[in-house]
Amino acid sequence: MRVAFNLNGRRVEVDVEPGEILLDTLRLRLDVRSVKRGCERGECGACTVLLDGRPVVSCLLLTAQVEGREVTTVEGLREDELFGELVDEFNKSFAVQCGYCAPAMVLTSYAFVKRVVEGRSRPSTSEILKAVEGNLCRCGTYPRVLRAISRVLERRLPGEPRR
Amino acid sequence: MYYRLPKIEYFRPKTLEEAVGLLEKVEGSKVIAGGTDILVDAKTSRVRVKALVDIGSIAELRGIEDLGGAIRIGAATKLQELLESSAVSENLPLLRAAVESMASWQIRNMATVGGNLCNASPAADTAPPLLAYDAELVVVGPGGSRTVPITKFFTGYRATALGRAEILKEIIVRKAEWTGWNYIKLGRRDGFTLSIVAVAVLARVRNGTVEDVRIALNSVAPTPVRAYGAEEMLRGREVSRGALERAAREVMDEVSPIDDVRSTAWFRREMSYRLTLDALTKALGAE
Ligand SMILES: Cc1cc2nc3c(=O)[nH]c(=O)nc-3n(C[C@H](O)[C@H](O)[C@H](O)COP(=O)(O)OP(=O)(O)OC[C@H]3O[C@@H](n4cnc5c(N)ncnc54)[C@H](O)[C@@H]3O)c2cc1C
Ligand code: FES
Ligand code: FES
Repeated sequence: MRVAFNLNGRRVEVDVEPGEILLDTLRLRLDVRSVKRGCERGECGACTVLLDGRPVVSCLLLTAQVEGREVTTVEGLREDELFGELVDEFNKSFAVQCGYCAPAMVLTSYAFVKRVVEGRSRPSTSEILKAVEGNLCRCGTYPRVLRAISRVLERRLPGEPRR
Repeated sequence: MYYRLPKIEYFRPKTLEEAVGLLEKVEGSKVIAGGTDILVDAKTSRVRVKALVDIGSIAELRGIEDLGGAIRIGAATKLQELLESSAVSENLPLLRAAVESMASWQIRNMATVGGNLCNASPAADTAPPLLAYDAELVVVGPGGSRTVPITKFFTGYRATALGRAEILKEIIVRKAEWTGWNYIKLGRRDGFTLSIVAVAVLARVRNGTVEDVRIALNSVAPTPVRAYGAEEMLRGREVSRGALERAAREVMDEVSPIDDVRSTAWFRREMSYRLTLDALTKALGAE
């Protein structure tokens, strides 16, 4: 079947099997390799993409279901200022070890940071950790991810009281 | 790739009538809402699916509405929408607490409340609070629409009162004055996990007397369950440590847990007592 959606701001049309998951369409047909294959059952988050700006797992999403919608991966955020700042802090905090979880971890973190910056509410530490709990990191970089996110928020939301 | 979905057909109806028609007509068809249960089941061949009818584009299945005397939740409403809804946090704090304990942000952005109920896992987290609230489920099928009380919805292990071509349309929860509530979910870790046991308690206490109390649990029986016997022991009684302990003990006799990958029957029974006592203590203000 033919499915059309926006991928990183660009309209794409692909012929897919009705039972094809977005993870396979992205990696095997559209050559988007930042989206990783892990558990294939929603547990690890390595296959996270943003669907209309919200993080979802592409292993439990049929490509047919994203007809007409906006799919974003890290490839589509290269020009985004907030994204650049966040990646910079990930690097400075050494929040990437083997890197397998990294594109997805950065995507979820980005969606979260964008949301709280727009809502001008400074999250608590536990709220930050809860936001990324669906992203498994076997290298255990969580404290560094927390540091990277916190630094961006300190800069973007100075003086906002913590909830 | 490790998993492969079987060859399936995919339909995306725009109306409820169309969806019911497809379910009636297409052999081996099933509803897909968020897909977070059914795609895992189809990948692992736990459930046989030949066609999926996607209800995600049917507008009347979405959204949360304050009807004045009740809250209406469309079956295909995402869990994350429940979490962000002021109608839910103001009127149904027990449901909100349960949803907050569920899965991860990614999964909550996909999973629906109706999917959680229709999948009818014994561990479903929206079930205990909705059982406690005595929610009404509006079901639509070839014969029209009917209302099923949630206390009659779960008919056995992963089985519901839904007919083959029936769709859960919405969940109605009547507003009532509750003075206390509590949801306690014990898992193998703190977050992002299914329960070993979870307990939901809703209470109305006036002048130290229990006017009404509802107790519901998951992962302790083939379906999520109400603990009617324990509720009856407390109704009309004065709040006291002894009364709470007796009721929590009664819950141990009402449940029928099993051993599985997450825990043992013995531990679940012990925890049914412990968690019920804690939840009652909090909800009845007996601290
Ligand atoms: C990683 C992970 C973590 C999870 N954690 C939790 C958790 O903590 N607690 C918990 O309770 N669950 C959890 N789940 C299970 C699942 O996410 C929930 O049960 C979810 O709410 C299912 O909703 P869905 O829309 O994705 O259902 P789907 O998979 O789309 O459907 C589930 C079943 O219900 C039927 N169905 C769906 N909607 C309707 C309808 N309106 N009418 C009739 N039939 C319908 C489908 O045919 C199917 O049989 C988890 C799942 C994953 C993958
Ligand atoms: S591969 Fe999708 S969550 Fe693990
Ligand atoms: S950096 Fe290795 S899995 Fe996260």
